[in-house]
Amino acid sequence: MTWQPTTSIEALQARARLNRVIRGFFAARGVLEVETPLLCHSTATDPHLHSFAVPTGDYTCYLQTSPEFPMKRLLAAGSGPIYQLGKAFRFEETSRLHNPEFTLLEWYRPGWTLEQLVDEVEALVLDAATALGADLQPFPRFTHAEVFRQVLGLDSHSCADADLLAAARRRVNGDFASLDRNGLLDLLMSHVVEPALPETGAFVLDFPVSQAALAQKARRPDGGLVAQRAELYISGMEIANGYQELVDPAEQRDRFEADLAYRVQHGLPALPLPAFLLGAMETGLPESAGVALGVDRLLMVLTGATDIASVVGFPLQRA
Amino acid sequence: MANYSTNEFRPGLKVLMDGDPCNILENEMVKPGKGQAFNRVRLRNLKTGKIWEKTFKSGETLEGADIQDSDFQYLYNDGEFYHFMDPKTFEQIGADTTAVGDAYKWLKEEDSCIITLWNGVPLAVTPANFVELEIVETDPGVRGDTATGGTKPATLTTGAVVKVPLFVNQGDKVRVDTRTGEYVSRA
Repeated sequence: MTWQPTTSIEALQARARLNRVIRGFFAARGVLEVETPLLCHSTATDPHLHSFAVPTGDYTCYLQTSPEFPMKRLLAAGSGPIYQLGKAFRFEETSRLHNPEFTLLEWYRPGWTLEQLVDEVEALVLDAATALGADLQPFPRFTHAEVFRQVLGLDSHSCADADLLAAARRRVNGDFASLDRNGLLDLLMSHVVEPALPETGAFVLDFPVSQAALAQKARRPDGGLVAQRAELYISGMEIANGYQELVDPAEQRDRFEADLAYRVQHGLPALPLPAFLLGAMETGLPESAGVALGVDRLLMVLTGATDIASVVGFPLQRA
Repeated sequence: MANYSTNEFRPGLKVLMDGDPCNILENEMVKPGKGQAFNRVRLRNLKTGKIWEKTFKSGETLEGADIQDSDFQYLYNDGEFYHFMDPKTFEQIGADTTAVGDAYKWLKEEDSCIITLWNGVPLAVTPANFVELEIVETDPGVRGDTATGGTKPATLTTGAVVKVPLFVNQGDKVRVDTRTGEYVSRA
């Protein structure tokens, strides 16, 4: 048994400094720090997110994969701009980049566009870099269509599924016939496109509508429909994922029900409909932009670590 | 054999892929925050020695391969097969040149070695880390040279050629590290 932490004392100090930068950044900008429960009656329905189910007497509760649902309920209650710096849990394998318990920074800006929020994500990351002595520059911004066209010569919004499958077979070794369109997009993004993005960081905007998750859809000047979603990648890692938040309760209900149906079809654990969130949205969620940022991974970037265990003192194996 | 899911793929696990036994070297989960998880796996094909990289959807399974490492004693080579004996059961087994590979260079009669068996059939032969073999041919040593001097090639009884110090002579027995093919000392 090894009881020692996997981090250095310097890494602990770097984390404390980063937390101070984050709190100072939002205090200066008038964003309210909030705390919401980690143990809730419902959880993310996304078929690729797996929540820890916790028995609590008469019913099952779920450790939150992100604080999104309760934070949106605060927005609907009139909180104004809010942020939360805390833990999130995902039932998944550990890897160099994954620990089932991790630190997430999530914030919401009522009345803002996603573009404004992307500017703020960049400002925060650059402030943190300055405070920790890391060299980062403003990040170039590409659309999903641009990066797929450049790297694979494909239009990620309109190309045929067969073209995605052919590209997957050409660029990655494996049997991918059973993947659906989103699976192929995820495969190509994670194995081919992401590694081709600048190591020093880049934003990817305007995702295919099939990958909207909880983002609004919008029409671009060329008439094409896109998901208003933005991701920041640095050093081959996904650092932040932001949305122009979906506020229409009917569409939200449809997306939840589609996820739950997909879960049944694919033998995944059944989950309750997130009724509290739907109730809040029916009352009225203000138009908002929101983002979640992986704090452990940002700390990896800022300290040059290549394994999450270098910045998380006690990863699951030692927790 | 049991089936193993991607989350059970650990370095050293032996699995069947496209009918060939493989040893898993590395398994990295690749998982977007929103989206399908994959496992990028590096495997060594135990028949060909080739290293493959293959991506699996997380949760996919592979059949385990019945691979066992056992101690054997080398007996003789009949020109086609190398024959070995299990020192516990005295059972004999023949391995072809593909299975023996480069190990032939270090096989001396009665020496022990490890045979990797796949469904009971030899797949690979690993000699002991150190073997002692006699030099059958090398140039005569040069007078005045000491242990710090240069080296010269020497042919051993098995046909293997190793570099030895100049003071070592034909007929001498030498100790060789089979992992590097390097001379260690006079035996």
